[in-house]
Amino acid sequence: MKFTDVILQTSTKILVFIILTFSIYVMFAGHNNPGGGFIGGLITASALILLYIAFDVKTVHEIIPIDFKLIGAAGVLISLLTGIGSLALGYPFLSQAFAYRDLPLFGKTELATAVIFDLGVYMAVVGTTMTIILSIGEDE
Amino acid sequence: MNNLVILPILLPLLTGILMFFIPRQIRLQQAMAVAGALITLGTSLLIVSSISDNGIQILNMGGWEAPFGITLVADMLAGLLVTTASIVTLVCLLYAFYATNQEQKKFYVYPLIMILLCGVNGSFLTGDIFNLFVFFEVMLISSYALISLGGGKIQLRETIKYVVTNIISSMLFVIAIAYLYSITGTLNMAHLSERVALAGQDGLITTVSLLFLIVFGLKAALLLFFWLPGSYSAPPAAIAALFAALLTKVGIYAIMRMFTLIFYHQSELTHTILVWMSALTMVLGAVGAIAYSDIRRILAYNVIVSVGFIVFGVAVASEAALSGSVFYLIHDMLAKALIFILGGAIISIAGTDKLREIPGLIRFRPTLGWLFFLSVLALAGVPPLSGFVGKVMILQGGVDQRYYVMAAVGILTSLLVMYSAMKIFINSFWGETLLSEGEEKSSGKGYLLPGSILAALLIGLGLGAEPMMEYVGQAVEVMLNPTLYIEAVLP
Repeated sequence: MKFTDVILQTSTKILVFIILTFSIYVMFAGHNNPGGGFIGGLITASALILLYIAFDVKTVHEIIPIDFKLIGAAGVLISLLTGIGSLALGYPFLSQAFAYRDLPLFGKTELATAVIFDLGVYMAVVGTTMTIILSIGEDE
Repeated sequence: MNNLVILPILLPLLTGILMFFIPRQIRLQQAMAVAGALITLGTSLLIVSSISDNGIQILNMGGWEAPFGITLVADMLAGLLVTTASIVTLVCLLYAFYATNQEQKKFYVYPLIMILLCGVNGSFLTGDIFNLFVFFEVMLISSYALISLGGGKIQLRETIKYVVTNIISSMLFVIAIAYLYSITGTLNMAHLSERVALAGQDGLITTVSLLFLIVFGLKAALLLFFWLPGSYSAPPAAIAALFAALLTKVGIYAIMRMFTLIFYHQSELTHTILVWMSALTMVLGAVGAIAYSDIRRILAYNVIVSVGFIVFGVAVASEAALSGSVFYLIHDMLAKALIFILGGAIISIAGTDKLREIPGLIRFRPTLGWLFFLSVLALAGVPPLSGFVGKVMILQGGVDQRYYVMAAVGILTSLLVMYSAMKIFINSFWGETLLSEGEEKSSGKGYLLPGSILAALLIGLGLGAEPMMEYVGQAVEVMLNPTLYIEAVLP
């Protein structure tokens, strides 16, 4: 069945960007405010799934030719490596640090290692969720 | 703080994740898996030696002090079990190189085994009860994937049963944790022990402890073992050996930890229930073991009998009985891995697991025959082998505490276990050889290296029981004295 729905497709094109922007905002807010890599990843995944519903698996896969299994594994790897970093420096596993730096454009910004950990969680969640949903969806 | 404690969890996970990037290079995966398991084994030995020198090792993750953060606690019990789990995983990996087919290897069998080890080691090492749940899930989710490998009809049926059973018990687990948290206001096990002791273990807390008993009874196949015989006969032999050696043992460990560290105040109720559950498990398991005549089922029921036996020692809770339980637990992890690997080799050579259809293999595969004979003796607890020491100590502890009937049940079921395993030996190795060279279904190679490693360890553990008891003694000291555990975690 050829699935076409002009209203859904048109609004998806706009909505996906709003959802993705929000998910990135949530991810970066995570280590101080409500939010974080997990919920950010879920929101991103929901944007991607909206794309898959509005268009079809083939079309989206041509636009985003990524193996989500690898995204998930890379995410876990990044999170683990931030833990191993603190291990290598002689702190307890998963210790974190932050500092304030003056960046061009942003001004005084807080840089925290927790963000890198969160990025790993974010990728792991996007990778896992998409793998699960696509493998269920593909069987039809 | 000792960062060594995280390594038995971290290293298997890291190797497992790295293998996800090379799904097609099976050779490289095998090399990485063996290297990962060997390094894990090395670090767990280091942990055991540092516990033996400096007492309980703890790690407050991320620098958050207990009871606010998550604490990893490596006492001697955890150290010994982590070491044994690493050995068993290494050996099962070696057998899995032969006993899984190409299709299964492509479906991430080695990464999953490594992540399973991560979950098992994490469950042994964590000092936080919610974290225990998380590591249980890590272990279970990789076991779901491993059990469904192959994707045949049997795998599908058993996977669904296994997943449903475990999801229900995990749900109960979270509910029990939530009850306990709402009563005590903490999740740290040392802090829980302290607070339950302060408040007194009233009826409410005892009820929650019984809920935990149901949860771990399901996981450990203590009385609630209906899911086990089917599930353990579905996956390939190497995976079944890994499951038999590790999964139920994590449940037993959780029972040991909870009922010696936290819920030890109302022992006339909780421990009496434990005694009855273990006795019934032994009897029903033994009935199952002698009733069936296919290798997989007999071996699966043998797993159940030994669960009952170990928990009997935990329920008696005297020093001798607990030492016996810890020792027998270590022995049983090795022995079950061995007998499942050898059973798998017999099935792959004969091409069937029905005892009546397997012809005399002794002329054909003498090493396999004698290794199997050795593992039967080890399972039954014949003296120079390691099963003997554990059994004697558990029974001694039971008789000292006047559990005469239960001790008799223990001895009787041991005999039945020996009968059931000997039945496999007699039927598959004695008699006229019907197969001739070249006619076997598969060469069944690959059992020799893992089989001999495990057999050597069983003999070594039996002969070296005296020095080993020193380490076991340190483990039991903490179990009998929860204050040691509490003082290490909450200084």
